[in-house]
Amino acid sequence: MAEITLVEAVNLALTRAMKEDETVLVFGEDVAANGGVFRATDALQDQFGDDRVFDTPLAETVIAGLAIGLAAQGFKPIPEIQFMGFIYSAMDQMVNHASRLRNRTRGRLTCPMVLRAPFGGGIHGPEHHSESTEAMFAHVPGLRVVIPSSPYQAYGLLLAAIRDPDPVIFLEPKRIYRAFKQEVEDNGEALPLDNCFVMRDGSDITLVSWGAMMRETLEAAEQMAEQGISAEVIDVATLKPFDFKTIAESVEKTGRCVIVHEAAQTSGFGAEIAARLADEGLMSLQAPVARVTGPDIIMPLPKLEHLYMPHTGNVLEAVNKVMEFA
Amino acid sequence: MDKTITDQSGFSQILNPNGEAVKSLPEFAQDTDTLVSLYQAMVLTRTFDAKAISLQRTGRLGTYPSSLGQEAVGVGLGHAMQPDDVFAGTYREHAVQLLRGVTMLEMFLLWGGDERGADYAVPVKDFPPSIPIGSHAPHSAGAAMAMKLRGEANASVCVFGDGASSKGDVYEAMNVAGVWQLPVLFVIINNQWAISVPREAQSASLTLAQKAVACGFDGEQVDGNDVIAVRHRMGRALDRIRAGDGPHLIEALTYRMNDHTTADDASRYRPESEVSEQWQNDPVIRLRSHLTAHHGWSSADEEKMLADCNGEVDAAATEYLATPPQSPETIFDYHYEKLPADLAQQRAALLKKGGA
Repeated sequence: MAEITLVEAVNLALTRAMKEDETVLVFGEDVAANGGVFRATDALQDQFGDDRVFDTPLAETVIAGLAIGLAAQGFKPIPEIQFMGFIYSAMDQMVNHASRLRNRTRGRLTCPMVLRAPFGGGIHGPEHHSESTEAMFAHVPGLRVVIPSSPYQAYGLLLAAIRDPDPVIFLEPKRIYRAFKQEVEDNGEALPLDNCFVMRDGSDITLVSWGAMMRETLEAAEQMAEQGISAEVIDVATLKPFDFKTIAESVEKTGRCVIVHEAAQTSGFGAEIAARLADEGLMSLQAPVARVTGPDIIMPLPKLEHLYMPHTGNVLEAVNKVMEFA
Repeated sequence: MDKTITDQSGFSQILNPNGEAVKSLPEFAQDTDTLVSLYQAMVLTRTFDAKAISLQRTGRLGTYPSSLGQEAVGVGLGHAMQPDDVFAGTYREHAVQLLRGVTMLEMFLLWGGDERGADYAVPVKDFPPSIPIGSHAPHSAGAAMAMKLRGEANASVCVFGDGASSKGDVYEAMNVAGVWQLPVLFVIINNQWAISVPREAQSASLTLAQKAVACGFDGEQVDGNDVIAVRHRMGRALDRIRAGDGPHLIEALTYRMNDHTTADDASRYRPESEVSEQWQNDPVIRLRSHLTAHHGWSSADEEKMLADCNGEVDAAATEYLATPPQSPETIFDYHYEKLPADLAQQRAALLKKGGA
């Protein structure tokens, strides 16, 4: 078993899926000879040929639209949008067509595709390269929104997304593309979708996050343990459809919850989690639910980007406030 | 009608508005049975259209887009297509759909507000009508890519209007089709009006057909009210596409005789005189004149055909009106192959409340 990075795990899952299923196609901007600007599709064209791995013209609408046409006609396309900042031209296709093809034809046509895009800040990118707008997609009925938080999750969740018969937006936290390595066995085993993962058991407070912020969240839990606070940490992983049950069960046990996400606060996915806790988990709560999020501002350019990004310290502050609540 | 640039795009007309051949007739157009079947398809489309509007006006159908005056384009195209081709079009392509095998019951159901109307028994691979403008063009490129990857000698056919030709989606689809030489036929039904915006306000391009040039393939114009010319040019283009010659664009010049939809009032933005003048160009009368003059089409033949079409449409309408609505849980059941737990909870709550 090899230790690999998250981006290598994406590549490993793509390679595996292309071997398993000859209808799997990988395409997008610079994904072929260049192997993607982050190398997620490295060497795929060499292995699987230019009929199955190919560059498209620089046009995001048609990248998503081609995938819908191919998916409806029996292929399993995995298009890449180079950065999430450029996904909005493809959003019309995903919202108006991919998400509803099954419903509007009563199952006659379906749209099994995975739209991959790197997202999130902290890499000192130019403008439009750092946003986290996953909640926009989580709002859309018929879509799946899946976000891995580690090499292991990336491999298992991407395989699951590719095998899923419905459209998936697979958002890759590029800040941790190469941040750490994990042992990942290339055994073809998928992880479950529509499922939150309990990453650390605890009894005093529930910390909920996803994607790159799982690192700060787990780090906070580690530091809290030193102070004698036992935190349960949940990785949401699939934002849509949402597995609220796992979070509800945890909060029933701990009575406290802090939600951590990099996206801006207002209408971020944390708002949905907090609302669900208010609706269905109020009697479990011993303190108000707190959110640690980015502010409602346009992502600053790299010089001041650090002021935007939530840090472990912010998580600890929120935890302390929630723990102080009698 | 637009000015044409015959030196670049070419403009085809075979029958003039009086039904007289202005050039030699292609072989299929010398066969009475073929001409009668084209005529029948146009009359049936028009009969369906009138019934749909009447049902809408009496509160028994939803908003409906009439295809009055555009029957020749859809019939000529639908007649030239093969069952294994894949069609994606706008919401106004009733004629193509009928020839593809979509039933009138399905069409009434869809426009009556029932998703089962897009669950065609035949043609099983065709896309349902695209309500957003032009955003289905990339799907046709994708379907063409699927055919190319499988080595199938079929064609993907994409129909959109003059308004859609302004959209980036359409350009992106045509562009990629050119780069990859995909087996796709793009058809612009230029009916001169995008709701209230006339053709000349849509694009400064002399013809819409010439937009193909920038994408590296040929475009041409055809008289969209001349079903023989439409059938001839579509058939020729599809044969070439199936043989591997790459994409092609046909701009069919026609006219939207009716309001944009039953929710529109075209008198707000276009003069009645323009519409009445266009009746001189009616595609149904044009072919009927030709049939009468050269194929012995009699008033008895005409009456029988009208009666048959009315009977067929009335039977479909009766069946539509007698079709019970879908059960309430179906509004949840087709979002994902397997109902997610969270959605199952919302579904149960709705059913408990007594349904939608």
